[in-house]
Amino acid sequence: MIEIRIHGRGGQGVVTAAELIATAAFYDGKFAQASPFFGVERRGAPIEAYARIDDKEIRLRQHIYKPDFIIVQDATLLGSVDVLAGAKKETKVIVNTEKDLSKLLPKIKKGQLYSLPATQIAIKAIGKPLINTALVGAFAAVSGLIKISSIEKAIKERFPTKLVQKNIEAMNLAYKSVYH
Amino acid sequence: MQSQRSQISHQSQRSQKFQTSQSSQQSQSSQFLEGSRAIAETIKLIKPAVISAYPITPQTHIVEDLAKFKADGELSCEYIQAESEFAAASIVLGASATGVRVYTATSSQGLLLMAEVIFNIAGMRLPVVLTCANRAVSAPINIWNDSQDVMTIRDAGWLLFFAENNQEAVDLHLLAYKIAEQINLPVMVNVDGFVLTHTWEPVEIPEKDQVNKFLPKYNPPSGTYLDPANPKTFGAFATPAYYMEIRQELQDDLIASKKIIKNEFQNFKKTFGRSHDLVEYYGPKNAKTVLVAMGSVVGTMKEAIEEINFQFPISNFQKKVGILKITCFRPFPNEEILKFLKPARYVAVLDKSISLGAEGVLASEIKAACFGKTKAKIQSFIIGLGGRDVTKEMVGKIVKIVQGKDEKMRFVGK
Repeated sequence: MIEIRIHGRGGQGVVTAAELIATAAFYDGKFAQASPFFGVERRGAPIEAYARIDDKEIRLRQHIYKPDFIIVQDATLLGSVDVLAGAKKETKVIVNTEKDLSKLLPKIKKGQLYSLPATQIAIKAIGKPLINTALVGAFAAVSGLIKISSIEKAIKERFPTKLVQKNIEAMNLAYKSVYH
Repeated sequence: MQSQRSQISHQSQRSQKFQTSQSSQQSQSSQFLEGSRAIAETIKLIKPAVISAYPITPQTHIVEDLAKFKADGELSCEYIQAESEFAAASIVLGASATGVRVYTATSSQGLLLMAEVIFNIAGMRLPVVLTCANRAVSAPINIWNDSQDVMTIRDAGWLLFFAENNQEAVDLHLLAYKIAEQINLPVMVNVDGFVLTHTWEPVEIPEKDQVNKFLPKYNPPSGTYLDPANPKTFGAFATPAYYMEIRQELQDDLIASKKIIKNEFQNFKKTFGRSHDLVEYYGPKNAKTVLVAMGSVVGTMKEAIEEINFQFPISNFQKKVGILKITCFRPFPNEEILKFLKPARYVAVLDKSISLGAEGVLASEIKAACFGKTKAKIQSFIIGLGGRDVTKEMVGKIVKIVQGKDEKMRFVGK
């Protein structure tokens, strides 16, 4: 089973990102689960969302403590939330930032740390800093676990028509621009 | 709150690599849905004539989705937005008394505010179906999952079902209406708040034709509902000369409903192919340690005992652990529980609620059911209050404690 933990703030579409990843995995023919963990339900508060992907029915419902992938939607969380809690040797971390991450997250080996300027990508593609579809694209690139066509399908089902193309563009741009 | 939560169909072939007790192949018709959405889709197929709900916290996407179905013309019903949960329950009470199918959903403080009406609905023998998205009760204020809400009305005369996952939540709603309308008793389907209501997973929503076949239109016989042409009174005054017999009749009918529930579980399997029972045992036969629980925590418990049992050779059933899941909490399935607990030496009962000043409610009732009939040690464990996450490690800890000598009730929060 693959476990993905997403960190962000209320209003950043953290929960939607987990749901898009799980939905895409489902379209790929896998079993999947997505669930939110709300701290406090208000804009700006730190939030976690979880996604699981497996080849068999998923019955486990606990939070994700030892993630295989960690996605950080907002780099300002790095100072206040222990986003790396439970990270394993092989855990891969994807962070939305333009800064050099090796100083911020020295514990994570270079080959497992990925960053992308998701906010700029979202502003370019969508016109607003709606970053979650960009991070889903980055996750697809880093993990190789979900097909682009399945994410596109999930986005089409999920967003209002006028936002579908823009979000697909953000996802594709991020897919190409994530780097070590 | 998202307004565009999607409904997604699935067509592709699935991997058959894993051949465990877990299903390794999705049904062709399964969809990937949020729990609340799956329940709303099911209620849409069940077609209640009147839905009433109070839309503010504590509430779920269920009634939000139903309101949207109604606004989009996908659902034809009276949708009455109430000014409080007390009013919402009163509205479905009144509507049900006129002989139509009704629905409402609530949670936590909302259910507590309904409490007076909840007792009236059962006393008036109305086949109301309610979804309770189980959530903690104040104070302190807490919006997260536990089962304290439903435990406060467990004596009200309702049938109480508990879902382990969102597929069960869907199935139990279909069964709830089928059973309620046969025996004129209300049914509450309990679905863990957030853990199920806000979780997306594969769910099979039945076909319209199948639902219509299993659950035909509700047509109560004339004279059994409020009708100006055929006057009738509900919940009338009963003096000491009558009250007790009427309450006893309610109790007798609840106990007798076990047979009807079992029968409908059979019919359900014939129509939809999925099995349900009052209780379900999971794990090796005659395990010496059995964990008893209700609701979504059973999923995590199954994963935990798979790991525990894997450590022991097949022959060493002394060490093995099983799970008894209670799907139907009212009527309480005494005999069925006893059948599975008889071989056990250690029984741990996991409650996501507490009868303050006593112990876990399910634990007390399991003890009563087993009294004088088993030699097992039965211990009460309180878990998951107010959204505290229940982990495999905690389940492992409970197994160790229950196999020891100490018999005291324990809170396991770490």
